[in-house]
Amino acid sequence: MSMNNQGRPTAATGGNVNPDAFESFSGHRGLRLAEPLIFELGGADTCGVDVTEVEGFEPTIAGLERGGEIGCPGLSEPDTMRHYTRLSRLNYGIDMGVFPLGSCTMKHNPRLNEKMARVPGFGDIHPLQPTSTVQGALELMNELSHWLMTLTNMPAVALSPKAGAHGELCGVMAIRAALEARGDAREIILCPESAHGTNPATAAFCGYKVKSIPAQADGRVNVAALKEALNDTVAAVMVTNPNTCGLFETEVKDIADAVHAAGAFFYCDGANFTAIMGKARPGDLGVDAMHFNLHKTFSTPHGGGGPGSGPVVFSEALKDYAPLPYVKADGDSKLALHEWPSEDDTTFGRLTAFQGQMGMYVRALSYMLSHGGDGLKQAAEDAVLSANYIYACLQDVMSASFEGPVMHEALFDDRFLKDTGVTTLDFAKAMIDEGYHPMTMYFPLVVHGAMLIEPTESESKYNLDQFIRSMRGLAETAKSGQTDRFEGAPYFAPRKRLDETLAARSPILRFTKPEEA
Amino acid sequence: MRYLPLTDADRAEMREKIGVSHIDELFKDVPSADLNPEIDLPRHKSEMEVERHMTRLASKNMAAGSVPFFVGAGAYKHHVPSTVDHIIQRGEFLTAYTPYQPEIAQGTLQYIFEFQTQVAQLTGMDVANASMYDGSTATAEAVMMARRVTRKKRAILAGGLHPHYRAVVETTTQFTDDEVVRLTAQPADPEAELKALSDAIDDTTSCVVVQNPTIAGHVLDLRALAEKAHAHKALLIVAVTEVVSLGLVMSPGEMGADIVVGEGQSIGNGLNYGGPYLGLFATNQKYVRQMPGRLCGETVDADGERGFVLTLSTREQHIRREKATSNICTNSGLCSLAFTVHMTLLGEKGIRSLAKVNHKITQDLKGALSAIEGVEVLNDSFFNEITVRLPKNANDVVETLAAQGVLAGVPFSRLDPKAGLDDLLILAATEVVTAEDIDALATALREAI
Repeated sequence: MSMNNQGRPTAATGGNVNPDAFESFSGHRGLRLAEPLIFELGGADTCGVDVTEVEGFEPTIAGLERGGEIGCPGLSEPDTMRHYTRLSRLNYGIDMGVFPLGSCTMKHNPRLNEKMARVPGFGDIHPLQPTSTVQGALELMNELSHWLMTLTNMPAVALSPKAGAHGELCGVMAIRAALEARGDAREIILCPESAHGTNPATAAFCGYKVKSIPAQADGRVNVAALKEALNDTVAAVMVTNPNTCGLFETEVKDIADAVHAAGAFFYCDGANFTAIMGKARPGDLGVDAMHFNLHKTFSTPHGGGGPGSGPVVFSEALKDYAPLPYVKADGDSKLALHEWPSEDDTTFGRLTAFQGQMGMYVRALSYMLSHGGDGLKQAAEDAVLSANYIYACLQDVMSASFEGPVMHEALFDDRFLKDTGVTTLDFAKAMIDEGYHPMTMYFPLVVHGAMLIEPTESESKYNLDQFIRSMRGLAETAKSGQTDRFEGAPYFAPRKRLDETLAARSPILRFTKPEEA
Repeated sequence: MRYLPLTDADRAEMREKIGVSHIDELFKDVPSADLNPEIDLPRHKSEMEVERHMTRLASKNMAAGSVPFFVGAGAYKHHVPSTVDHIIQRGEFLTAYTPYQPEIAQGTLQYIFEFQTQVAQLTGMDVANASMYDGSTATAEAVMMARRVTRKKRAILAGGLHPHYRAVVETTTQFTDDEVVRLTAQPADPEAELKALSDAIDDTTSCVVVQNPTIAGHVLDLRALAEKAHAHKALLIVAVTEVVSLGLVMSPGEMGADIVVGEGQSIGNGLNYGGPYLGLFATNQKYVRQMPGRLCGETVDADGERGFVLTLSTREQHIRREKATSNICTNSGLCSLAFTVHMTLLGEKGIRSLAKVNHKITQDLKGALSAIEGVEVLNDSFFNEITVRLPKNANDVVETLAAQGVLAGVPFSRLDPKAGLDDLLILAATEVVTAEDIDALATALREAI
């Protein structure tokens, strides 16, 4: 046995053992720590905060005291810390590795942003404090608005929408309000086939019928079909640009002209704005309304599904219909909030209880100030460069769906897996075993077995090359007929494939005590 | 630029591999006249410079924790344990995406399952979803769900519902053929408010929406209202803007609610000038398939181990598109984690105790304000919020006190300028309020009126 210079063995002495055969008495396997639910761990008398017992308590709540047990057990502070730390280790995040989830823009989340959002002057102010006591907050909202309007060359912005889909709602409501003001709400909204699901859902929410416009062979909107569908019953066209195939809609101005000629509005889904920030401005391209996803383009954390923030920029034609509240000047360099419509207001109303996602405004502005106008442009260029690099490096082993150059994301489909028995899903799960979060799969719907890869500007060349090596390796392995690593993948994740059919067939949506189940 | 890892040498190598000599060749699909516009924005800044800029703005704001603070009306200042913020800043939670790949997102999925259970228990309902944007949007979604469930279009909003919530419901339903009936606010007479609501119910009613405690702070017994609604096949939607109240007040589920919506900010989340907040949404098992938003469910993996996945997604926009129950996609994930961690720290004992402390302090506040000549407290019942009638315009009083470093509450007129209730002031008192704070408020108020 070889020893190191302290006389310790340098290799395990176990020999040919099968560790899986060992019984785990704890349920754990080294750093793979099994963690029950809090309802299985906690107790009704356990508490992780110091509670004050109120002496001589006589409630004045109209005799409506809550009896029985609420059913929310507590944990001590150390056990709470440990419980959630253990859970966190079952997750993959941007902090851990490449997260090439197309159309989701998983870029680095700077911690400076987190720090700024927690400064008491931002994090500890109430939405209904007198505006005289929050002048700095209103100034920040104005400054963010200035950046968003400048980057898009649009004359107005509504900050309050709480996420991208809420921004879409904001945009389409403004469109509907503008049309109704003309006395003609119209009936139809046109959405390309490649649209995010939120687009048609939003249109329906505002009382519109949705008509789908097919994609053409090069992955772009079929402009001829779109023009044919345009008439005086069409309220708006919702186009994502760059689109969800990762392509810039070359004929965007032609689309805008045709839409306007038909008396309709041009809504742009700005989910992919990261590709063009500082490079092109939607206001120059004929857009009437566009939402941002601050949690995509401007680096506010995705947080496992939110919170997001979805400000919407408006053209001259729509800006008078923007929602309340918004920041306005109040004489003498003071700022105020316009919270309720005045007599001649044409606003479509209020979308949320308060001013929107202030915490995200702080983070997004920190990101913008850090980059500056120059850095944002560089970030867009790096995102596009990285996506094209991946496209170029994988073309020969995977099937690129459309001719490049692409913008910030590269779309492949499953033709290269034909006759291998490996599906896009299998391929994605095998990426997990390689240490990556899978790309977006089966979206957009315009190609078969879509694989949409978005590296963002946050990856070094080393990271990109490692990722490309893995993707090439997997593609070549699949094509060589060695499919066992795909069939049961992932093998090295905290869980094997989960039974989604079972989950949907007999839904268990909450913990129930065994005796009550 | 510190966030961009590529070097100029990397960029050159990558361009060569792609086969372009200039980056703009990759932007050839953008109309050339519109490429690289002149953009007048400042150049990049160091971390230190950004901090300086931002803290200068922050210093112009009066932080709640720095003054006697009584502002509520839908957002509440509570003490958030340090553990909460530490956990939600772990990169594995903070920088994760929506858990579409469940094998590597069990951390997120398990806490959503815990969150759903906690919300269901607190509200007294069968099931809860993984969150909405905030209490107001959750309320609007509930009204639309009631329409799907009952196939009726007439929603009745109580006079005691937060005026901003009412505005959000009206905005959200304005382009559908829903009819929203908005009853008059009667903050001085909660019984009359409740009776008006009950009287407005008929067979065409899809739902009644009532806030408890009301915007003026009154605690309502909704059991008779639930019976009336159910007799007309209408749903009772209860909105709870102060979720800590559920540690003391009978749950909406026990009172007969069909849908409970709420603002969950009070547990685990800071004030943040109005967002991000946390919409709670709970209902009964039989309505699950009409719910909006994400749901997490239990299942097993290929080895038979317990695991969690997003489920029943055939209700959602990414599958159903224009036929979805809602257009919501991103929700309030990390805020729901903060809620769950804080709720876990509190447990049964802590939430009950916290609620009692809030109520006791508000009793003290009521006592102090009642003793001031000219001030009339309107509440016989309340949780941690009361409404008073002042002999002067409440907005002027609030401004006067703010100038003296006391944030006295929310003038009713700020929430509803057309109600003609300019002399009403809504004040909240949570566990962060001290006896000295109440003294400071009472002294300043006495002088101001």
